[in-house]
Amino acid sequence: MDSSSVASAATADPTPQGLTLSGSWTARGLGAGTPGPGASFRSAESVLIIDGSRVTALDTAGAWVLQTLQQRLRDEGSHVEMRGLRPEFARLLEAVEQQATSSKERPSAAAGAPASTLENLGRSVATAWEQAFALLGFVGETAAALAGSIAHPRRIRWRPILYNIRSAGFDALPIVGLLSFLLGIVVAYQGADQLRQYGANIFVADLVGLSMLREFAPLITAIIIAGRSGSAYAAQIGTMAVTEEIDAMRTLGITPMDLLVLPKIIALLIVMPLLTVFADVLGVFGGMIMAQAQLGVGFADFLDRFVKAVSVTALMIGIGKAPVFAFIIAVVGCFQGFRTKGGADSVGRHTTRSVVQSIFLVIVADALFSIAFSALDL
Amino acid sequence: MNKTNDTVIEISQVSTRFGDHVVHDGLDLEVRRSEIFALIGGSGSGKSTLLREMILLQRPDSGSIRVLGVDLQEITYDAALELRQRWGVMFQHGGLFGSLTVTENVGLPLREHTQLDDALIDELAGWKIAMTGLKPEAANQYPSELSGGMMKRASLARALALDPELLFLDEPTAGLDPDSAAGVDELVRKLRDLFGLTIVMITHDLDLLWQVTDRVAVLAGGKVQGVGSMAELAEMDHPAIRPFFEGPRSRAAQARKINNKIMIKNKYL
Repeated sequence: MDSSSVASAATADPTPQGLTLSGSWTARGLGAGTPGPGASFRSAESVLIIDGSRVTALDTAGAWVLQTLQQRLRDEGSHVEMRGLRPEFARLLEAVEQQATSSKERPSAAAGAPASTLENLGRSVATAWEQAFALLGFVGETAAALAGSIAHPRRIRWRPILYNIRSAGFDALPIVGLLSFLLGIVVAYQGADQLRQYGANIFVADLVGLSMLREFAPLITAIIIAGRSGSAYAAQIGTMAVTEEIDAMRTLGITPMDLLVLPKIIALLIVMPLLTVFADVLGVFGGMIMAQAQLGVGFADFLDRFVKAVSVTALMIGIGKAPVFAFIIAVVGCFQGFRTKGGADSVGRHTTRSVVQSIFLVIVADALFSIAFSALDL
Repeated sequence: MNKTNDTVIEISQVSTRFGDHVVHDGLDLEVRRSEIFALIGGSGSGKSTLLREMILLQRPDSGSIRVLGVDLQEITYDAALELRQRWGVMFQHGGLFGSLTVTENVGLPLREHTQLDDALIDELAGWKIAMTGLKPEAANQYPSELSGGMMKRASLARALALDPELLFLDEPTAGLDPDSAAGVDELVRKLRDLFGLTIVMITHDLDLLWQVTDRVAVLAGGKVQGVGSMAELAEMDHPAIRPFFEGPRSRAAQARKINNKIMIKNKYL
């Protein structure tokens, strides 16, 4: 069955009572259009003979089409007779006929009316609501487990914690450093023009120092870690859920919470403040370089002003946010992982969701911090 | 179908190594047209590797494999595409696409490789699904909602979508209840009789081996240690072959085969 030699399926109606089939009636020979008798073909109330002797190949697709054709002609009132078909083709056609009659009352695909906009809205709100509650439940479960492991420090698994510190913290140093350095450059560059207009060049140290330490360093670190580690947590736990590894763990008497979730949370709680400090240093360094290049503020002048302008409180505010962000990222990542069901598709969906949700929640938390700090006059 | 060429698969002097581990060491094998052929052997005897080499998922280190008259060693991209439409593969764990329903899974090869219209493809897929014994309700379900046995049937339906000349089955009855496994026996035989299919399978199911296979090859030590019908193999006295015929399970399967023969005889008398 060479594709080049596949003669396409065809019908011809040389006589009013006859129909001749030829070519290969196979899935590939049939082509796009279903061959059938021409429009001029009128067969009602007559005996119709289908000549199948010139059919060179027949497969299930062809047999199905042929069967449908016969059925249609019968429904139109003709008495159809099949002649000249090779015995093996006839056998196949018979098998199709049996199947077709037995599956007549098969329920058609449950299509259902397309949901209205209102219904869709309702459904998505209900889903979001359910998910928010489930997340809250997961936070509670995590907190209980965390409290339990503090009460019984022997249950803490140090090896996975150290592993996570390395993979989520140490391995992230280059990217966190590079991005915050670039962010420092951007902030200084954007501020340079404005400051120069007022001759307030030296205040670039205030601008870079406060914005990096209070806001940008913790935020950029959180966003990178959410994309880098939060997604990895969701994908790892999700794949384990799909391959029944989580269930296996439970049956072996190992709590997935202890082995999979707590080490990640503890590791991120340790690592995020450290990464934030690293981002602070690199960000301010980037701003310093830009200040010298654009505004002519030397390193010594910059640092002199920096010490006066930026209090320890600013540093502590930035570092203080980091553990909160860490908790959000780790919990959302693990939560989405545990919600994975089914197959590869679901792993992808929940990984995406973990990143989107954790970045969203991090920014919401940051906004709440801003409100709280301004109320507290910090 | 070409009657002059009665060998569908021809494997000669195939050697495969993974690092230091020798899987195949100059292996020879032939599968004839329209036969039900089984590969058996202990774990790690290279059955699955051989199957993967036959379906172009892996290349042997040396030797030649010809499938449906095409040499797999120097196959071009287009020839491989052509060849892949002439066989169907049912994987051990189904290999169904999780994002598609059963009907879409079964219809996928038809949609990819033919110009048939969608309605006809859905009808054909529905028929293939029914043919493999799946309930119509399963057609609109996703693979994750199916039981193990249903997944195998859906996978078989997909393998049959393009009416292949050659069908590869990897452990078709593993993980099935005895009733479903008996259904698979029946189905394999029916497919061969209806379409003249050549079926190559890997199995450990002694009932399946006794009931449906025409010839069986025993793999051990990187070579084929014996080929023949189960009855012929039972006569052989080779340390790699004996385990399949000794022990209570083997004897029970053998006894069922004899009973079945008597039943069939009675039916036709």
